[in-house]
Amino acid sequence: MTNEGARQRIGFGLLLAATLLVVLPVLAIIVLIVTKGWSALSLEFLFTMPRDGMRAGGIFPAILGTFVLVLTSIAFALPIGVMAAVYLSEYAKDNVLTRIINLAIINLAGVSSVVFGLFGLSLFVVFLRFGVSIISGALTLGIMTLPVIITTTREALRAVPKSYREVSFSLGASRWQTIRHSVLPFATPGILTGAILSIGRVAGETAPILFTVAAFYLPKLPHALGDQVMALPYHLYIATTQIPGVPENYRYGTALVLIGLVLVMNIAAARIRSRFRRKR
Amino acid sequence: MSAKIEVERLNLWYGAFHALIDVGLSVREKAITSLIGPSGCGKSTLLRCLNRMNDLIDDVRIEGSVRLDGQDIYAGTSALTALRKKVGMVFQRPNPFPLSVYENIAFGPKVHHLAKADEMDHIVEDSLKAVHLWDELKDRLDESALRLSLEQKQRLCIARLVAVKSEVLLMDEPCSALDPMATLKIEELMRHLKDDYTIVIVTHNMQQAARVSEETGFMLLGELIEFGRTPDIFTRPQDKRTEDYITGRFG
Ligand SMILES: Nc1ncnc2c1ncn2[C@@H]1O[C@H](COP(=O)(O)OP(=O)(O)O)[C@@H](O)[C@H]1O
Ligand SMILES: [Mg+2]
Repeated sequence: MTNEGARQRIGFGLLLAATLLVVLPVLAIIVLIVTKGWSALSLEFLFTMPRDGMRAGGIFPAILGTFVLVLTSIAFALPIGVMAAVYLSEYAKDNVLTRIINLAIINLAGVSSVVFGLFGLSLFVVFLRFGVSIISGALTLGIMTLPVIITTTREALRAVPKSYREVSFSLGASRWQTIRHSVLPFATPGILTGAILSIGRVAGETAPILFTVAAFYLPKLPHALGDQVMALPYHLYIATTQIPGVPENYRYGTALVLIGLVLVMNIAAARIRSRFRRKR
Repeated sequence: MSAKIEVERLNLWYGAFHALIDVGLSVREKAITSLIGPSGCGKSTLLRCLNRMNDLIDDVRIEGSVRLDGQDIYAGTSALTALRKKVGMVFQRPNPFPLSVYENIAFGPKVHHLAKADEMDHIVEDSLKAVHLWDELKDRLDESALRLSLEQKQRLCIARLVAVKSEVLLMDEPCSALDPMATLKIEELMRHLKDDYTIVIVTHNMQQAARVSEETGFMLLGELIEFGRTPDIFTRPQDKRTEDYITGRFG
């Protein structure tokens, strides 16, 4: 009896230790960035253009650039990913072709992000002549995030109770009507989870935007999809390695803003999601 | 006394498993027919053959004929959606969509393009009235159907069929999730509905079959052992196995 109790305590202790090990680095990163970057935050930092060769002033263009890239890439990847997932889980038969497609999706998820960057460069920038532009960068980021969206959407579709489909069919609805009216609405929160996961990835990646959209420095804000933009992760990289004499709090402040921006967009998406949940 | 549905020499296999064996019966129009028998004997399977819900299952093979108003529903030419509109199903677990009361009713008419937007209010009202839910729910139409009581949910599921003008209601143990009071109320509703609808009900509750139905079929191991007027089945069964079942000797 006591032996069993002791074992149980050791078991739980190990599990707790593992959990703390996961939390610790996250906490450490946040504490580091907040303490070192906090002093840089100001309205000027958030909402004005850089000055003095990006050693002072604000990082507004990079914030705007990352925000625009997230929105456009998800606007592109979400519908395509959802349609692909619906096809694969609701229509496609289990045959060689769908197995190859599944394999491709899994592999796409494992491809290193710099490879996406090169791909985007050769396809969108050069071959399709979109140039180094928001559209090229967003498409590249979108393709990178497709596997996440497809996988979470399929999970969400699978989680829709069988009875909803059954009732819908029993009322004489066609397959498409069933998907449209009694499967998709209930999978929407799960699908949005995929979008939320994508936001962080898209906002934080440097490699895919390096050759496709990101600019070292732009004196003007973008006003069309064909323009280049500055972006937070790339700006951070430049400020840390390419420009001598950037104050430390300016760099950490940029990282802090990046984390904050992702957080804000995640909260916004989560609120949209909970609105869908409440409607059910 | 005409037959709404005629089933002849119906056989069904789930893979290699012979689940319905030479079943034949005829379902009277605007009457209640009940199917009884021990669990696993094929009642649900037979019921699901009547609106081809078994088509959704892989690896099912069906032989024989099921005629609705004289038309073979398994003939290649018959349209599945039209059949399911005509022959609706009420399931064992009340299963409203997680939508509002209003949208639950509107779903069917929308799918079948039965109503213009301005007629929908009437359809919803009439359908809820038909299942005696209107007075209870007329101020809660926008509320989620998931908040209703089990009995209300089951009524709502019946109202969904009323809304698409179903002619036949297939009910698969519609009261098994309900308490005795709610069960009696649903039975009362069924008696009302049979003036306009043909009802086939599967039940493992023999008293229920005796209370509500005009005709009863007793099934065992995939066969329809005996079929006839409900009082006859319960008072002078012809088959020894029927007698054993209704006197509670097995099942
Ligand atoms: N989808 C299915 N696949 C294989 N066997 C099934 C399936 N559905 C039902 N069965 C089998 O068919 C028999 C009859 O089932 P069912 O019609 O559900 O019986 P009942 O409704 O009388 O309890 C049972 O033995 C059951 O295990
Ligand atoms: Mg059953």
